[in-house]
Amino acid sequence: MNAQARAAYINARIIDPVAGTEVLGSILTVGDKIWAVGPDAFDKADSDGTLIVDCQGKCLCPGFVDMHVFLGESMDTTAQSAAAGGVTTIVIQPDMNPVLDQVSLVDYIERQARDAIVRVHPMAAATKGMDGREMTEIGLLQAAGALAFTDSRKSVHKAQVMRRLLTYATVHNALIVQHAEEPDLADGGVMNEGETSTRLGLPGVPAEAEVMMIERDLHLVAMTGAKYHVSIVTTAQSIDAVRRAKAKGLAVTCGTAPPYFALNELAIEDYRTFARLSPPLRTEADRLAVIDGLADGTIDVIVSSHDPHSEDEKRLPFSFAAPGVVGLETILPMIMEVANGGHVPLPRLINALTAAPAELLGLPVGRLDKGAPADLLIFDPNIAYRIHAEDFVSGAKNSPFDTRPAEGRVLKTIVAGQSVYAADGW
Amino acid sequence: MTKPEITALLDLGDDYLQRYQDGTPIKKVLKDRTQINLFFEDSTRTRTSFELAGKRLGADVINMIVSSSSIKKGETLIDTAMTLNAMRPSALVVRHSASGAAALLAQKVTCSVLNAGDGSHEHPTQALLDALTIRRRKGQIEGQIVAICGDILHSRVARSNIHLLNTMGARVRVIAPPTLMPPFAENLGVSVHHDMREGIADADVVMMLRLQTERMQGAFVPSTSEYFHYYGLDAKKLAHAKDDALIMHPGPMNRGVEIDTVVADDIDRSAIQDQVETGVAIRMACLDALCNGPLP
Repeated sequence: MNAQARAAYINARIIDPVAGTEVLGSILTVGDKIWAVGPDAFDKADSDGTLIVDCQGKCLCPGFVDMHVFLGESMDTTAQSAAAGGVTTIVIQPDMNPVLDQVSLVDYIERQARDAIVRVHPMAAATKGMDGREMTEIGLLQAAGALAFTDSRKSVHKAQVMRRLLTYATVHNALIVQHAEEPDLADGGVMNEGETSTRLGLPGVPAEAEVMMIERDLHLVAMTGAKYHVSIVTTAQSIDAVRRAKAKGLAVTCGTAPPYFALNELAIEDYRTFARLSPPLRTEADRLAVIDGLADGTIDVIVSSHDPHSEDEKRLPFSFAAPGVVGLETILPMIMEVANGGHVPLPRLINALTAAPAELLGLPVGRLDKGAPADLLIFDPNIAYRIHAEDFVSGAKNSPFDTRPAEGRVLKTIVAGQSVYAADGW
Repeated sequence: MTKPEITALLDLGDDYLQRYQDGTPIKKVLKDRTQINLFFEDSTRTRTSFELAGKRLGADVINMIVSSSSIKKGETLIDTAMTLNAMRPSALVVRHSASGAAALLAQKVTCSVLNAGDGSHEHPTQALLDALTIRRRKGQIEGQIVAICGDILHSRVARSNIHLLNTMGARVRVIAPPTLMPPFAENLGVSVHHDMREGIADADVVMMLRLQTERMQGAFVPSTSEYFHYYGLDAKKLAHAKDDALIMHPGPMNRGVEIDTVVADDIDRSAIQDQVETGVAIRMACLDALCNGPLP
């Protein structure tokens, strides 16, 4: 690609996730960088050799940064699925076979990532083999490109191990990411504990299992001064705990995923295994608390928690089915449901998908500053349609949103100035 | 199920029970039909009951205990059912340790599926046979105070009975130590009790549930003897119920753990043997209704 190639995205409703504003205007990119943003960013008189993309009044914002993706399919397929969902940076979870707990493995992912159509970075395991006992080589892994440290689907459940992890991480200014679930209390549970689990005769995970782990960790964060992130919060109690900790000035952040603000435990109704997640779908009150947490900024980040599973892993009795949903291609319609419903302003939601995760992970993407990478997303915020899992680029179809009426569709995804996905006519 | 549907099944079951008690010939309505008992969890009494029910109606009955064969080879639940379905049985009677398993199978096969117990979810024929037992001994179900006592948390029998008895207008109470009571049990339309005397006060029916021994060694209750002391049915606790209270148990009983032998064998009050006999009749009714078209 010509390093000086110019592209102008004109007539756009530009959403700036840092300023929290929406303005009509243009974005001019030169090579793989953003050059200018705003009503006067592009001068028609100076358009020679510039590729002009007329956004027709649709939304334009930084491409999404998704910090919670499981590589359940090939890197290529995952990257294409991401591009189709408007995601320009994905962060791979270390929960692979083998577990990403060594420099050579992180390096392998980094090399594979070079050929992917979106940016791909790994997180590394927090403990060796993710067995919760010995910490990994945090410094060396970070130098190799690991953006953060997590045991992924497992909680670091030993208090002493977590304390040492947090303490050691401060030397490298590394981010520790926790799957917050007290494993003993959650043991055997396959859905939220409550009236619905009682009716279905399924063992439950109490909401307390999540907040207990978070509150324990918050004490350790206060002791150590480390950077701590809860990968997914799902309950009103957890969100309150994080809100209080932030008010006290602790370096704590948290994320959530669309199923937790779009669905509640009733989605399981007839033992629908596509609604089996970990952490599990919670009550309606919890769902509303998640939306409140997004609105007031207690929840910093939205992730897809993209976790592809074959039909064989889902076409089983509920207790035996694998937890997890595919999510890269349904992030946008799910946030538009919240935005169009008037619950959370769109720029705030876009921030949780761009600038906030990028800042947390130390990435230069996710913002519209001059000189920032030209990773952009054009989307229609209002177009109405029905989600069909069979249309996904991802080979896995385990979406709890299949056949759901939706608004909002990705029109074009741009990574480093290059189009990596375009809807029909774009 | 709705009240008229339940009533129709109870009537049909009652008719079958009367016929074989009287020795009246029973029409072989399942002649040349195949019934497969697909048990992923063995249960001698339920399987035998279904087998007898099918045979009395003239069906060819095949028993498959799967826990020891193909599942261990990695064949999935669905594959096993699809294979059997391809052999064109009229009915699959399914028992499985996972809640929702029978419903999952029913979506994938073309023959009729009868749930013979799925995890901690439901055991519908047990609830139907219990209801028929109550109706025969008490004349009606509506208005009866039924106290269900024991491991409510893990019990599919309790859940099915709660649904059915509530639908039929009985007043249901559940009694268990808090560790064996499911969360939000009161939302199922029952009154919740942890004191057995209070729970069975003036009850017309006392239904005891089996408690798995492995759950009594400190995991859910401290010991067998402490459990029996507070929640075992003996003559003293039974004195709080109505004088003519019916004693029921889905079996197999742990004598001296949840029920005292003297009480269990009290021929005037114990309906435990009736339940077994009624079970065959009600399963005949269910197989007949499922294989031979909808209920009236």
